[in-house]
This record gives sequence, structure tokens and C-alpha cells, in this order.
Amino acid sequence: MTQASKIIEISGLNFYYGKTRSLHNVNLDIHEKKVTAFIGPSGCGKSTLLRTLNRMYDLYPGQRAEGAIRYRGHNILDAGLDVNMLRAKVGMVFQKPTPFPMSIYDNIAFGVRLYEDLSKGEMDERVEWALKKAALWGEVKDKLTKSGLSLSGGQQQRLCIARGVAVKPDVLLLDEPTSALDPISTSKIEELISELKEDYTIAIVTHNMQQAARCSDYTAYMYLGELVEFGETDQIFMNPVRKETQDYITGRFG
Amino acid sequence: MMGEHSSKAYDTELEGIRSKVLLMGGMVETMFLDAMTCFRIGNMERAERVVAEDANVNQLEVQLDDQCSHLIVKRQPTANDLRTVMATLKVITDLERIGDEAAKIARIAKALHGRGAVTLNHYEMVRTIATATSDLLHDALDAFARGDHKAALELIAQDAVIDHEYRSIMRNLITFMMEDPRTISAALDTMWVAKAIERIGDHAKNIAEYVIYVVEGRDIRHSHGATQEASK
Repeated sequence: MTQASKIIEISGLNFYYGKTRSLHNVNLDIHEKKVTAFIGPSGCGKSTLLRTLNRMYDLYPGQRAEGAIRYRGHNILDAGLDVNMLRAKVGMVFQKPTPFPMSIYDNIAFGVRLYEDLSKGEMDERVEWALKKAALWGEVKDKLTKSGLSLSGGQQQRLCIARGVAVKPDVLLLDEPTSALDPISTSKIEELISELKEDYTIAIVTHNMQQAARCSDYTAYMYLGELVEFGETDQIFMNPVRKETQDYITGRFG
Repeated sequence: MMGEHSSKAYDTELEGIRSKVLLMGGMVETMFLDAMTCFRIGNMERAERVVAEDANVNQLEVQLDDQCSHLIVKRQPTANDLRTVMATLKVITDLERIGDEAAKIARIAKALHGRGAVTLNHYEMVRTIATATSDLLHDALDAFARGDHKAALELIAQDAVIDHEYRSIMRNLITFMMEDPRTISAALDTMWVAKAIERIGDHAKNIAEYVIYVVEGRDIRHSHGATQEASK
């Protein structure tokens, strides 16, 4: 694997839910146009870490992060940062599909309108482009005015990915994007991930270790708020350096 | 060797494979020793048994192949578990070949002694290489059973001694054949046996190399570094 450039550099990151410290001095680089997977048992801090990357935690009082997360050179933990612009660049897709209660078309257009002023024609193009990127266009092109909630779970999740892609972000954060989906929908999303990394940097949290092995370039194993091991996915799954990592990925944990 | 999996059934399956490999290893080791005894003293009955045992070894290979594929599809092993399964698949191929070579030695022994009086001190020719190879095979299987990569690394260098011994036997036998053409049949048989032993040494060395792969995740096959490192 050729060395990719670092798009996000996390250094000395600590995170607190009130007084509870849930990330301990995490240091990690995320490489551009690569897929980085975060694995670890429940409560290990992997979702917390993902949520710091677009300051999702800002929405909750009492949660705070210390340290530095440099995204293209700027520390996104700085108080003066425009959080909305950050979230346009660093999009997120959640575990459960969260389509807005509006048409399929508007689900995509809604986010775009927040950041860009497009003509009707341009918006149509953008919606089509995003739906194609998310491998959903063929299934919904004849029913764009139908509610997003009328789609199946797998389609809803791809709609959410299309919504994330539509604002042309730099980085996509996927928090267990397939845990609520059937195997066919899961493999479609995984296929999508490998296509999306042509254009985007992707960070994915997953409980499915085989998924991490299949679709990521780098894997981070976390436990109790600490980054135990980070490396190329092949190395982590074939020959991890740390015994803790080996115990977890071989199912000898706990 | 390792901690236990959360899934007890997974542990049982891995242990089942492991003990069957060790059983197969024990079988081919005995086959080789018996075949050498046949070659030394011409025990025809025992030679038949060695040849018959080869079929059982082949059966074990098929069973183990199947068990490994089942384990892969059911458990999707990773890291050291995956390396163990991959190495097992290769080890059993080597063991099966060792069985073939042992059966070959038994057949040659039958032919040699079947012809009547042997005109050559045939066993003495291969005694050293046979002892070295049987030690190497035993120690390689032992290192595999214990996951002892340090011992395995030391064993790899020993195969060079066996190869050297084989060349020296060849030179000796050629001298005999040139001096006295009546020794040619026995000398050729002895040469085939020496060759079979030398091949068993190669297979034993392969097994030692897989031990290093299982434990360290390092594939040292076909690298000169291995023998250099071992001889340090």
C-alpha cells in the first residue's frame, strides 16, 4: 500500500462526558482517500472518537474534548471554528437510518440548500448525482416525490449516505452503518464504501470485524478509551503486534 | 498454547484439528522408522504394513482438509488462528508426502531383500542420513506441537547437513558401482532410499518453517536469511 497523505491528525485527544473520561490520550492519523475502521468492544470509545471528528458532541452540554484534531492543518477543537462548515466537510451517517420525513428528493436537497444556492436544474443534477453515488438512483428515480420513510431499511441507509455525499464533503464518518441491515443491503453498503473512497476519506465504526477486514485500509483497535493498536488492516488481521488486539479479533476476549 | 475463545465450540474444533495433525505426524514418523528397519533387515511383513498405513495417512489428510475448510467457513479465523489453519493445511501436505516417501522406502526394501543376498553394506551407507532425518522430523513435529519457534529456527539449518550427507552418499555409491558392477542393483536401490530420506528431510524442514509462520507471522520460506540466521 502506498503511503497516503494525512487528512486528519489526532494528537493527545482526551474526551469527557461530564467528569467521566472516556478517551485517553489518543494519537492517530487518518489518511486521505482511505478507509479507516475503528473496532473494539462496546464502550471502548470508538463512537466517541468518531463524534469528535465533526464536533457532534457540541450538541450536548457537559461533553468536552482536549488535545488537538488537525483537519487539513486546522485544529477543529478550536473554539472559534465554524462548526456548520466543519460538518459540511466532515459528514456523518448513523447506525439507524435517519431519513427526514419528507420526499426522497428533499431528503437530499435539504442539506445542500443549507450551504449552497443552486438553481432547480443544478439541484436536480446534484440529487441525481448523489443518489447515483450511493447506488440508489436506479431504485428510486421514478419515485423521488415519495417519502424517504417509504423505503426499505437498506435503501433508507443508502439515502442517508446520499444525503451525506450530496454536500460534497471531504470526509464521511460512518457509525455502524450496516448494523441494522440485512446481508444483501450490508454488502451493497460495503460495495459503496469501496467506490466512495475514490473521492472521499472514510472513517467507519463497526462491530463486525469481518466488515472492517473487508472494507478498510487501516484499522484501529480501541479498548477502555485507549487506542491499543493502529495499523494497516492486513497487518492487524493477519499479524497484530499487541496481544490484546489478537485476543479481540480472534474472539478470545472477555 | 493460547487463551480460550469465548466460543468453547471453536476451541474444541481447533483442538480437534491440532490433535489429528499430531496423530498424523506420529503415524508418518513410525512409518519412516519401520521402513528403515525393513530396509536394514528385510522384514517383508512389516514392509507391507508400512505400505498399508500410507492409505490411512492419506485418509487423515482428506479429513483434515475438510475440517479446516469447515472451520474457515464457520469461524472466519483471524491472526494466529488463521495462521494456524493455513499452516495446518500445508503441514498435512508435507506429512502426506513423508508417508509416500516412507512407503517408497518400504517397497524398495522389499525389492532389495527379495532379490536375495545383498552385495553391499547398504544400510551402513544411509545410517547417518536416516538418523539425522528421523531426529529432524521428530523435533520438527515436536516444535509444531509446542509452538516453539526458537527450536524450529535451529532445526532449519539441520536440513543442509542432510543435503550434504546425501551428496556424499551419491559419490560413495558411484564409486562402488564403478569398482564392482555386481553392486549396481543394490546401489541403485540404496540411492533411491537415500533420495527418499533426503526428501523427508525437506518436508520436515518445511514443517519447521510453518512453526515460525504460526508463531511470529513471518514467512521465511525460500529466503536465504533463514539458514544464515539459524546458523548464528
